[in-house]
Amino acid sequence: MKIHEYQAKAILARHGVPVPRGEVAFNAAEAREIAGRLGGSVVVVKAQIHAGGRGKGGGVKLAKSPDEAETIARAMIGMTLVTHQTGPEGRVVSRVLVEEGLQMARELYVSIVLDRAAGKPVMMASAAGGMDIEEVAAKTPEQVVKVYIEPGVGLAPFEARQLGFAIGLDGPQVNQAVKLMSALYEAFIATDASLVEINPLVVTAAGELLALDAKMSFDDNALYRHPHIRDLRDVGEEDPLEIEASKFSLNYIHLDGNIGCMVNGAGLAMATMDIIKLAGGEPANFLDVGGGANAEQIRNAFKILMSDKNVKAVLINIFGGILRCDVLAQGVIAAVKELGVPVPIVIRMEGTNVDEGKRLLRESGMKLTTADNMDEAATKVVALAR
Amino acid sequence: MAVLIDKSTRLVVQGLTGREGTFHAKQAAAYGTTVVGGVTPGKGGTTHEGWPIFDTVHDAVKRTGANASVIFVPPAFAADAVMEAADAGLALAVCITEGIPTLDMMRAFTFLQTRAMRLVGPNCPGLISPGKAKAGIIPGHICKEGRIGIVSKSGTLTYEAIHQLTRVGLGQTTCIGIGGDPLIGTSHIDALKLFGEDTDTEAVILIGEIGGTAEEEAAAWIKANFKKPVVAFIAGQTAPPGRRMGHAGAIIAGGTGTAAEKMAALTRAGVTVVKNPADMGTAIKEALGA
Repeated sequence: MKIHEYQAKAILARHGVPVPRGEVAFNAAEAREIAGRLGGSVVVVKAQIHAGGRGKGGGVKLAKSPDEAETIARAMIGMTLVTHQTGPEGRVVSRVLVEEGLQMARELYVSIVLDRAAGKPVMMASAAGGMDIEEVAAKTPEQVVKVYIEPGVGLAPFEARQLGFAIGLDGPQVNQAVKLMSALYEAFIATDASLVEINPLVVTAAGELLALDAKMSFDDNALYRHPHIRDLRDVGEEDPLEIEASKFSLNYIHLDGNIGCMVNGAGLAMATMDIIKLAGGEPANFLDVGGGANAEQIRNAFKILMSDKNVKAVLINIFGGILRCDVLAQGVIAAVKELGVPVPIVIRMEGTNVDEGKRLLRESGMKLTTADNMDEAATKVVALAR
Repeated sequence: MAVLIDKSTRLVVQGLTGREGTFHAKQAAAYGTTVVGGVTPGKGGTTHEGWPIFDTVHDAVKRTGANASVIFVPPAFAADAVMEAADAGLALAVCITEGIPTLDMMRAFTFLQTRAMRLVGPNCPGLISPGKAKAGIIPGHICKEGRIGIVSKSGTLTYEAIHQLTRVGLGQTTCIGIGGDPLIGTSHIDALKLFGEDTDTEAVILIGEIGGTAEEEAAAWIKANFKKPVVAFIAGQTAPPGRRMGHAGAIIAGGTGTAAEKMAALTRAGVTVVKNPADMGTAIKEALGA
């Protein structure tokens, strides 16, 4: 799960990471008040969306007075912000962060992610802050320094010092960096984060280290023990169909094609998308109904697929392990009866109780196309979607 | 022969008294696996479906001579169950549970470094050595004793591969579902090492998914060390970047983990990479010249 910059900064600040003073505003009047409270000669108004590249898209602006902050916020809230991470459709801005303006001397980078191969968190730092770190890592890997953190020990001060000196900080700044990095690691562990990224980490003209931007995302599997983080979910940032699917515990991802897919198992669901593409079609979605799906889940899955108006045909691909094919067939029959699915359906199933499942489909009197293997199923569904 | 699990396996089921645990314990026993009992803290001393239940894995080992465990424990408690299995001196644990917090598994892996146990999973369908024994949820009736090893990140794609092999008449030595989480106990390489040493395994089907670099590492290892034919399929060739495709580990992030990179690495290593998942069985047959 992703959260907004202002929410990430609040979490990090609670763990002792220094961040600029600032507050979130949901309308222009609030932005004006906040700017007034912050004082100083300049404030920054930052659009809050779950995507990077906001500056280039016009989502970060300087204001020299509360009046100007109000004007900027009025234009920004409600605008559709397009960045290289949002796709061409962009995101509607519903809130802005109003922050104190700072004189910056340097822009650095620091982040923590889990390294899968090492099985440990890795802290990465770079002197090339403010830029796309993937690009920095690809073009100039020597500019990114890493330490692998021992889970039983945590970030050792010497490791933080190594990173601090490597990115060109001086003695007093390294002491600040050690505190900041330790706080960052503490926040990462305490919240079951999957990513914490400060880009840029700035050194101000006065020599202070601050997290000027902050990005956090969290392990969905651990949200059950962090209700306060789960509450930060902004459904305005998500696809409405995906939100609906998540209510039914369905793993659904909305795509651009016209062939709706209903599959059990994540790997087979991906493979089904692949084989549709190989057969010349375009999948409308990824959908894993799960290993233990029942008739109710099949019905829910149909509801989601039918809510996507682009869907011209549906491919059901089930390999029955725990999920029995007869249960699947009953679920499909009941759902089609109840919902009146108006598009052609191709069903390919295999595994536990497959013969009984096929018999039920045959005797249902419904116009369901069956297929004996994945190839045949993909070819048939692609033809039907044309 | 087979790897990891066979007639000498004495299986204890952690979470036997739960719905999934009960169902799959019965299935395993019906398949011929020696299931010696279950562990459910607080229910020790009772019996369930005829099996003795123990409070701790240590008790189960002491009383039944269990040497392997299959874990059907809810996500919040599963990492703890893995550590308990390791501490009890078992040689093998297979963790089926999906949805375990990543940091829980990270801590569990730190613990496992101090114990000798091999973990398969989590978030996996488990193991089956056709005609011998199974631990997990792979349906036995689709399998056939044979000559091919399968190692896979995905559950239902494993079944797909099994089914195709059975249909082309080759069958399987052992099928190893290694799981779709970011952190797993047994890697593709670990499984390949086992299949390399197993005299009955003549070729291997390797199934990967987008996310991470495990397939690239396997490719490098195969090139340097593995002599038997390998057929590979990578799921997620059409997956968009930045989206988690069901499995916690199946995500193209930071510019790595794409199917194209994995397929290219495997091809360079001499592996037969099939684009179409329906071609796994026939490709193995051709690779063996059968």
